[in-house]
Amino acid sequence: MATTNRSLTHLVKPSAPPSVQQEFWGGFKAVLPMMLGATPFGLIYGVLAVAGGLSPAMAQAMSVLVFAGSAQFITAQLVAAGAPSPIIIFTVAIVNLRHVLYSASLAPYLQHLRPVWKWGLAYLLTDEAYALVITRYHQTGHPGTPHRHWYLLGAGLGLWVCWQSSTAVGVFLGTQIPAYWSLDFAIALTFIAIVVPTLKDRPNVATALVAGVIAIAAVGLPYKLGLVVATLIGIVAGVGADRHE
Amino acid sequence: MSNTTLLWITLIAAGLITYAFRLSFILLLGRIQLSPLVQRALRFVPPAALTAIIFPELLIRDGELAIGPNNPRLLAGLFAIVVAWRTKSILWTIVVGMVALWLLQWLM
Repeated sequence: MATTNRSLTHLVKPSAPPSVQQEFWGGFKAVLPMMLGATPFGLIYGVLAVAGGLSPAMAQAMSVLVFAGSAQFITAQLVAAGAPSPIIIFTVAIVNLRHVLYSASLAPYLQHLRPVWKWGLAYLLTDEAYALVITRYHQTGHPGTPHRHWYLLGAGLGLWVCWQSSTAVGVFLGTQIPAYWSLDFAIALTFIAIVVPTLKDRPNVATALVAGVIAIAAVGLPYKLGLVVATLIGIVAGVGADRHE
Repeated sequence: MSNTTLLWITLIAAGLITYAFRLSFILLLGRIQLSPLVQRALRFVPPAALTAIIFPELLIRDGELAIGPNNPRLLAGLFAIVVAWRTKSILWTIVVGMVALWLLQWLM
């Protein structure tokens, strides 16, 4: 089967789909500019986690186990504040609840894969990887290119290596990066760069505006619940606007 | 149980929950079927989730709403939005946004 595919690919060269290597490195390259945002974020996390009382091994282990910037920051803060374990776990759950939506959103594109791929790719499903990959998958549509899961693997692994190494540098640097450098802002900028070009029709604009306004209104809610509430209401607004089109 | 052990268990539990969330639908789809309405709704996950992260970053300073020319993050964010719209480049958006923020902070 694989040989047939390959020989066919040669026959129809002009419209040949990207190879495994092209998909993997395509994902990896697409993620390179995002590293500009993720690296300082990881650095600051590493510094703060150790300053807040986590051992270097724990700070690094959290990057491997949780692999989600905002949840890790909040955990580091809660540990520093001496919060009890159930509160920490509950907060991480609320902050990361949006990943259920990411999972549902990507699932149709990964449905045909073997379990080992599903288990592996799910681990790499961060905000950044999701945003990048879903944008591409929406563009190429169904059935899309045959090896597109390699694109997600390339993007996800690229970010993983970047996150682990920047965390490690932050942990062992030990010195505080001056707060006035405002490096944390780079993450918001990354998301702006991804979202803004997709706001081309009314439902998407409605979704973004409603989610943004609700996020502001709900910013006082505990455990960052506002993030989940705003996302859900934003989606409802998008579906509503879609229906009126 | 020592504090260290408890903290390790906490981190592992947080990691397992996060992983379970990420795996949930990727693993279950095929066994359960999503309704067409849900499928349509999922299209709006990226703008909803990401804007819900962006807006407070730009508009909330020290827990308070800060709309006005004295909020450098808002101004730098607006610059970045224009750049993102025109260039569709993540790199340029980050570079222009950070430089704008540094300049504004320096000016204020």
